Amino acid sequence: MIQMKNVYKKYPNGIVALNGLNVEIDQGEFVYIVGPSGAGKSTFIKMMYREERPSSGQMFVDDIDIATLKNRKVPMLRRQIGVVFQDFKLLNKLNVYENVAFALEVIEEKPAAIKKRVMEVLDLVGLKHKAKMFPTELSGGEQQRVSIARSIVNMPKVMIADEPTGNLDPETAWDIMNLFERINKAGTTIIMATHNQQIVNTRRHRVIAIEGGLIVRDVAGGDYGYEG
Amino acid sequence: MKARTLTRHFKESFKSIGRNSWMTFASVSAVTVTLLLVGVFVLIMMNLNKVADDLENDVEIKVFVSLDATEETIQNLESQIIEMPGVESTNFSTKEEELTDLVLDFGDELSLFEQSNPLFDVFYVKAVEPQQTEKIATDIAALENIEDVKYGEGKIEKLFNVLNAGRNVGLILILALLFTAMFLISNTIRITIVARRREIEIMKLVGATNWFVRIPFILEGMWLGIMGSIIPIGLVALLYSKITEFAQPRLSGELFQLLEFTPFIYQVSALILLMGVFIGIWGSFMSIRKFLRV
Repeated sequence: MIQMKNVYKKYPNGIVALNGLNVEIDQGEFVYIVGPSGAGKSTFIKMMYREERPSSGQMFVDDIDIATLKNRKVPMLRRQIGVVFQDFKLLNKLNVYENVAFALEVIEEKPAAIKKRVMEVLDLVGLKHKAKMFPTELSGGEQQRVSIARSIVNMPKVMIADEPTGNLDPETAWDIMNLFERINKAGTTIIMATHNQQIVNTRRHRVIAIEGGLIVRDVAGGDYGYEG
Repeated sequence: MKARTLTRHFKESFKSIGRNSWMTFASVSAVTVTLLLVGVFVLIMMNLNKVADDLENDVEIKVFVSLDATEETIQNLESQIIEMPGVESTNFSTKEEELTDLVLDFGDELSLFEQSNPLFDVFYVKAVEPQQTEKIATDIAALENIEDVKYGEGKIEKLFNVLNAGRNVGLILILALLFTAMFLISNTIRITIVARRREIEIMKLVGATNWFVRIPFILEGMWLGIMGSIIPIGLVALLYSKITEFAQPRLSGELFQLLEFTPFIYQVSALILLMGVFIGIWGSFMSIRKFLRV
């Protein structure tokens, strides 16, 4: 599903974020990306949906060559990938239904199909009854569930989550994790960058630790491995 | 592009105008002021051009033929003049015809000259290019059997110089105004887009194509341009109708005239509208470029 070979990333300001990184992630895996701040986690995540481009090395996501992908082909890549952020990135002037439908409208899906699919995913994340409410009327956990609904509404093969529980209280964080587990069981690859030790140590999955732009540990069912 | 998508783009662009009502107001005001200035400028320049053309076209050389010229000599002279480079036409008028014209212009008292006509036979010569008038006049004066050659010596050269300078200055000013307007609008739409950065970012993240993101903003820019051209078109039309109403009776019979209200005002309105549309679209286009790099 995702292959990286000697991926190297140097930013224009001279900072080397990834220093010859090698990794392979299969379809259907659930992977935690851990490591200290500034270790290269974000760059690693951003490359998956081609917000950043490798400076050198080879990288494939679902057989799409990220290094040589033309700008106008980027939308096609992103339709295969769902992305969830710490700050949810919802549009406050659209209601819950519209926020989720937005993702299908902008890729020119048929209106009848949009309605059906949006109601399905809102049901999946347990927010069908709040479809008409606006993000500002929802709790943080509910907002994150809306953003998850939006990310899976076009049935992506991979879901990328950057600190999805970072802004949530522990109890809500578990709800979100349950949701991720269900989505993963349905066959979607999940790649999640996190600092949440408790979650990583309890819900055991493959753990990839990045430090100084390199993978320092890659253990199936591993633990968080850092203090606090 | 699917019809449904296009409908969505139209709806989005209208919604955005309503949502960002203050920004809309600011942009439309900027367009309005600029187009109003441009419109008034075009009115003035086009009319100055018309006056210049009228005056230019009226410049003719009056060639007085010697009294001792025979009919044959006169015919010879005419063919010599018509063959000169740059001469458009000649018009022969006998001294009797000249006197009739004079009497018509100045009254019957002059008819006593009919006894002994003191006037000359005259050629009226027109140049193809009014600027060549001076050279042609000199050439004609050098021919034989010519008593005198007259044209608006000196005055005409001055008039041409002033008019040419006026045209150039006007063109430069219009261009400068247009650039100012474009930058104003581009900046205003940039602010609109900054306010919607998050929306663009999310669109890009979920896989919208660049054109999908761009079109509503371009349409929005176009609406702003069109809205900004309404008041200038109305005011310019009103202003010009008043001017023509005032000036036309006073200018009747003069050498120069203002441009007719129609179709001139339709042309000016179309020009203002097109400029509004163009600067609106151009402004959005320039502003959105950098926001698409997500």
